[in-house]
Amino acid sequence: MFKFLTDRDTWQEVFDSLSKNKLRSILTMVGVWWGILLLIGLLGSARGLENAFNRLFGDFATNSVFIWGQSTSKPFKGFQEGKQVQLTLTDAKKVEGNIEGIEFVVPRNQSQATVVRNFLSGTFGINGDYPLLDKVQKKKLIHGRFINQNDIDDNKKVAVISENVYKQLFEKDEQAIGELIRINGMNFMVVGIFEDGNMNMGPSTDMHIPFTTFQQIYNRGDRIGWMMITGKPEYDIKQIEEDAKLLLKNLNRIHPKDNRAFGSFNLGNEFAKMTGFLTGMQFLTWFVGIATLIAGVFAIGNILLITVKERTKEIGVRRALGATPFEIKRQIVVEAVFLTLLAGFVGIISGGWILIALDSAFGQGDDATIVNASVSIAVVFIALLILVVLGTLIGLIPAFKATSIKPIEALREE
Amino acid sequence: MLTINKLHKSYPIGDSSLHVLKGIDLSVKEGEMVAIMGSSGSGKSTLLNIIGMLDEADEGEYILDGVPIKNLTEKKAAIYRNKFLGFIFQSFNLINYKNALENVALPLYYQGMKRSERQEKAIFHLEKVGLKDWAHHLPNELSGGQKQRVAIARALAANPKLLLADEPTGALDTKTSYEIMEFIQQLNDEGKTILMVTHEEDIANMCKRIVRLRDGVIMEDTFVEQVRAEQYV
Repeated sequence: MFKFLTDRDTWQEVFDSLSKNKLRSILTMVGVWWGILLLIGLLGSARGLENAFNRLFGDFATNSVFIWGQSTSKPFKGFQEGKQVQLTLTDAKKVEGNIEGIEFVVPRNQSQATVVRNFLSGTFGINGDYPLLDKVQKKKLIHGRFINQNDIDDNKKVAVISENVYKQLFEKDEQAIGELIRINGMNFMVVGIFEDGNMNMGPSTDMHIPFTTFQQIYNRGDRIGWMMITGKPEYDIKQIEEDAKLLLKNLNRIHPKDNRAFGSFNLGNEFAKMTGFLTGMQFLTWFVGIATLIAGVFAIGNILLITVKERTKEIGVRRALGATPFEIKRQIVVEAVFLTLLAGFVGIISGGWILIALDSAFGQGDDATIVNASVSIAVVFIALLILVVLGTLIGLIPAFKATSIKPIEALREE
Repeated sequence: MLTINKLHKSYPIGDSSLHVLKGIDLSVKEGEMVAIMGSSGSGKSTLLNIIGMLDEADEGEYILDGVPIKNLTEKKAAIYRNKFLGFIFQSFNLINYKNALENVALPLYYQGMKRSERQEKAIFHLEKVGLKDWAHHLPNELSGGQKQRVAIARALAANPKLLLADEPTGALDTKTSYEIMEFIQQLNDEGKTILMVTHEEDIANMCKRIVRLRDGVIMEDTFVEQVRAEQYV
C-alpha cells in the first residue's frame, strides 16, 4: 500500500481523472474548503478575542477584589442608618492579618490636583500608593522607577507620572527624570514615567506619589480611599471578599447583614465570567467548525457517488481491461482523500488570509478588539487528520458502490 | 484454445426468468477467426460476455487455454481478463479524458508494468494500427475509425491469447468497417485467435467460420471461404 502511494502512476491517474473533470472537482472541494475556512477563521478569531482580553487584564492580578466604604443601610449598635463608612489603615492591616488566603492588601488614596511645571499645567488624578501596588496592577515603566520603600519611610516628595502627563507637562524628548513639578504648590521630583494602561480599575490614575506623603499633604491621617485585596491563587476570591467584608463590618460596627455599607469590585469574578464566556465560545467554534467540516466531507461523498454513477461505464471498461475491484476502490478512495486534503489545504491557507485580514482590520493599536488572531499548528494537524479519516470513510461509500455493479452492466450503460 | 460444453444462462425478468442460452457447445482452436451471428435476442452477446468473463454462466463448462473458468471471484476474473483477453467494443469505450497513448497503456498499467516500458509498448501498438502521430490526441479528436483502431491497439497491448469483438464495425460506415476488418484479418494472419459478434453478413463472411445462433441454441456452425477485406478498400 505504501509503494502504491509513492507510485507516480497512482497520482497520474488521480490527477488525470480530477483535472479532466475540473468543474466537478472544484464543486466537490467547495464544501470542505468552506468548512475548514470557517474552522480556522472562527478558531483564530476566538483566540484573537481571548488574546485581546488577556492583554486587557494582563496588567492586573486577576485574583483580586477592591473594597471601599459607602454609607450604611441598617441601624446598628446605636448608630442610625446612613452613617458614612470610612476605611482606615488599621482596617487594612487587620484584614491582611486575619483573613485566610490573602496574598497582600494594598491601601490606596486618591485625589484631584492641579499640577504645574513652568508655564504648563493640568488637573490630574493623584494616587497615594505603596510599592506593593506594582504587584496587583503591573506598571510598565518607560523611564525611571516606581515608588520604593525608602520613599514611604521618609515621606519623600517624589512622583511617578503617566506618559500622558509627561506629554502635557514636558516638551517632546525632554528629559523628565529628576525634574520638578508642582502639585498643589509643592515641588515633587519626577522619578519615573509609566505607560498608560489598557484598562483602568477605579478612578483615573495619572500619577503616583508615596502613600505616606499623600496622607501628610492631604491630612488624611489613618483614613484610606479603598483597599485592593489579592488572594493566593489556590483560594477562592469570592470567599475572601465575604470574609473581609464581614471582618470590616465587625471593626466598623456595621450590621452584619448590611449589604450597602461596602462597595466592591471583584476582579476575579469578572475575570471568571469572561473566561467562561471565552471557553464557551471556543467550544462553539469547534462544534460549528467540525460540523461544517463533516457536512463538507459528506458533500464530497455525495458528489463522488454521483460521479461514480457518471463514470459507471469508465469503471466497466477499466474492469474489462483487468482492473481488480480492489484497484477500483483504491483509486476512488485516493481520489476522495486527495480532494479532501487539497480542499483542506486551500481552506487552511485562505483561513490564514482571513486571519491576516482580520488582524489588519481590527488587530492594530493598543485597544484592538482582536489581538494576534491565530490557530496553533496542532489544531491545523488535527483538522487535517480529521479530513483524512473522514475522506477515507466517505470515499468507501462510492468505492463500494462502484464495484457492486457488475462490469457487464457497467458496459451496457449508455 | 477454448471449449464450451452445455452452457446455460438465464436472466431474471420480474418474477419469471428469460432463458437466453440453452445448452451451447462450442470449441475454438488457436488461430481461428469466428463470427457469431444471430438476430437480436439470440444470445450472441451473452455468449461473448461469458467467454469474456464479464458474465457468468449458470450451468455448463468453460475451459479457456486449459484453465477451467468456474466460480471466479471478481479479482480472479479481472486477472484472467487482463492476461488472456482483449476486448473490442461497438462503441469503442475509450476513456474520454485520456489520450490515445494512455488508453492503450491502461491494460498494461493494470498488469503492473513499469511506466517507461508501458509507454514504449503502447507506442509500438499505436504504430501498428497506424496512429503513432495521434498518440497524444484525446478520443474526441479522433474519427470513428481511428477510435476503433485505438481500441484495437488497446486490446492488443496486453498481448492476449484471445481477441473478443462485440460488433466492432457496428458504429462505422461501410468503408471504415472494411478498413477495420482488413486490420483484424491481418491480426488473424499473424496468429491471433479472434471471436466476433456481428449481424452483418458481409462482415461475417470476412471471418473463417460462422456460428449462427437462434433462440439460445447453435443452428449452424460452418467454415467459410474468407473474403479478404483489402479488395474493398
